[in-house]
Amino acid sequence: MTTVAATVPERTAVRTPWTEFWRKFKKQHVAVAAGVFVLALVLTALAAPLIVPYDAENFFDYDSLNALPSLKHWFGVDPLGRDIFSRILMGARISLTAGFLSVAVGALIGTALGLVAGYYEGWADRIIMRICDVLFAFPGILLAIGIVAILGSGMANVIIAVSIFSIPTFARLVRGNTLSLKHLTFIEAARSIGARDWTIIVRHIFPGTIAAVVVYFSLRIGTSIITAASLSFIGMGAQPPTPEWGAMLNEARADMMTSPHVAIFPSLAIFFTVLAFNLLGDGLRDALDPKIEQK
Amino acid sequence: MLQYLVKRLFGLIPTLLIVGVLVFMFVHLLPGDPARLAAGPDATPETVALIRQDLGLDKSLPEQFVRFIGGSVRGDFGISLRSKRPVSTEISERFMPTFWLTIAAMSWSVVFGMIIGVLSAVWRNRWPDRLGMTLAVSGISFPAFALGMLLMQIFAVQLNWLPTVGAATWRHYILPSLTLGAAVAAIMARFTRSSFVDILHEDYVRTARAKGLSETVVVIKHSLRNALIPVVTMMGLQFGFLLGGSIVVEVVFNWPGMGRLLVDAVDMRDYPVIQAEVLLFSLEFILINLIVDVLYALINPRIRYR
Repeated sequence: MTTVAATVPERTAVRTPWTEFWRKFKKQHVAVAAGVFVLALVLTALAAPLIVPYDAENFFDYDSLNALPSLKHWFGVDPLGRDIFSRILMGARISLTAGFLSVAVGALIGTALGLVAGYYEGWADRIIMRICDVLFAFPGILLAIGIVAILGSGMANVIIAVSIFSIPTFARLVRGNTLSLKHLTFIEAARSIGARDWTIIVRHIFPGTIAAVVVYFSLRIGTSIITAASLSFIGMGAQPPTPEWGAMLNEARADMMTSPHVAIFPSLAIFFTVLAFNLLGDGLRDALDPKIEQK
Repeated sequence: MLQYLVKRLFGLIPTLLIVGVLVFMFVHLLPGDPARLAAGPDATPETVALIRQDLGLDKSLPEQFVRFIGGSVRGDFGISLRSKRPVSTEISERFMPTFWLTIAAMSWSVVFGMIIGVLSAVWRNRWPDRLGMTLAVSGISFPAFALGMLLMQIFAVQLNWLPTVGAATWRHYILPSLTLGAAVAAIMARFTRSSFVDILHEDYVRTARAKGLSETVVVIKHSLRNALIPVVTMMGLQFGFLLGGSIVVEVVFNWPGMGRLLVDAVDMRDYPVIQAEVLLFSLEFILINLIVDVLYALINPRIRYR
């Protein structure tokens, strides 16, 4: 393989998994657009405190209560006189943090458990998979509500709750991958030259599971953002006046008759954010799944 | 088959036991003293002590656990702190509206989801597929509570075609079940499509086409049944999603069901109700998964003999 690569002319670059992924990914224009949107959203969220036109929580424009969108207030004004555009921007920080952090924690713990369960099998596998079964025995949001009931309401506790219910998904996924990887020849070779278990897991098996984890990570962020917003919507997450999108919708519910526009922008914000993560995840899956191209 | 069923039932015991322990531990994990919670903020220490004895909280943990499991099996979950009525009465009043709502949502979403999925697979990469999959990805991205508010605003408030809240007639079921089922329909459509696309590449489908069978026969007779096997499993998993989703949708439509009861209970820290609901929801979920597995084994004999 290496000798062949050495003799080909320079313009056909070496095909690393990364270039291969990029070659397939960039063909999917929708996913690329979604990725750009996510990137823009993250940058906007980071810069939000610097670019918001008004204070999201403490500025009240009493002259234009319930005002419809205008040049002065791009997304209009809510019944308390707060600028909705500023609140949406600040809300992006909360939702993105909640989505990213909870999935990252869930993926980290889940991947570690899945690697251990799949590699060692035996009792470690049985215990870990039993824990996952139990976590799966509670329908998603119910587990989160139970955890919030114990820890108390608030965004930090919602993040903990959503992380816990992301763990079993990642654990099962990685375990399945590990089980099929560990019987391959290169693992056998690594073991035969005396590599320790830990080295084999980290250096040889883990890289093989990354593709699946990345795809799930993106798809899971969408779900987690919706779950966190749902919990805020039913009053268990962020509390008013925090500009969390779900909490904003809950506040808007009381005034749906007189000012429905207050509800529209948080809804659209959640929708487009989650849509972008889902489209990105779909694109990543198509680019990383070796089976797709054969069809 | 019977052997498989028995094996599966025994396999459930450890999970049920751990779920039971977790739900039991729930009260002890709550911040604060459950007896003080039950007695209310103004109670004297004597009353609190009396209530502690009454609830059995003065006994050892294993004793309490046996008492709790014994009570649960008989359907006795204690007294609601908020309404002072037995939890079992509270829940039984709320059970049917949630049950019918879930069934209604499941029925329409499975039918529509599968139709969209099949059409998308048959016309893959053409406009029906693009339209169907755009709808589907939007469906999983639109949060249920926002969809509920939107539907209510349009069809109940503006057009005045349907009632806004409550569960009195079948007309009350339309908007909540649409809201609850939208995400499931979307997931079913995506899943059916990918399952169907796989099947359409199978050799026996090519053979059927080579024999000169019409495309309709190939799709309905040769592909649909095989494609449905993974779809059935997916349906079971989505039930759990519906049970969870119903909690949020019930809040939007002020639905007199178990989800609303749970949210109110968490709000009021009515822990006997929370405990009973969490237990019931997960039992229901476990049971549905069991039924799905058994159905799956009935359709696909390969599973039974593993």
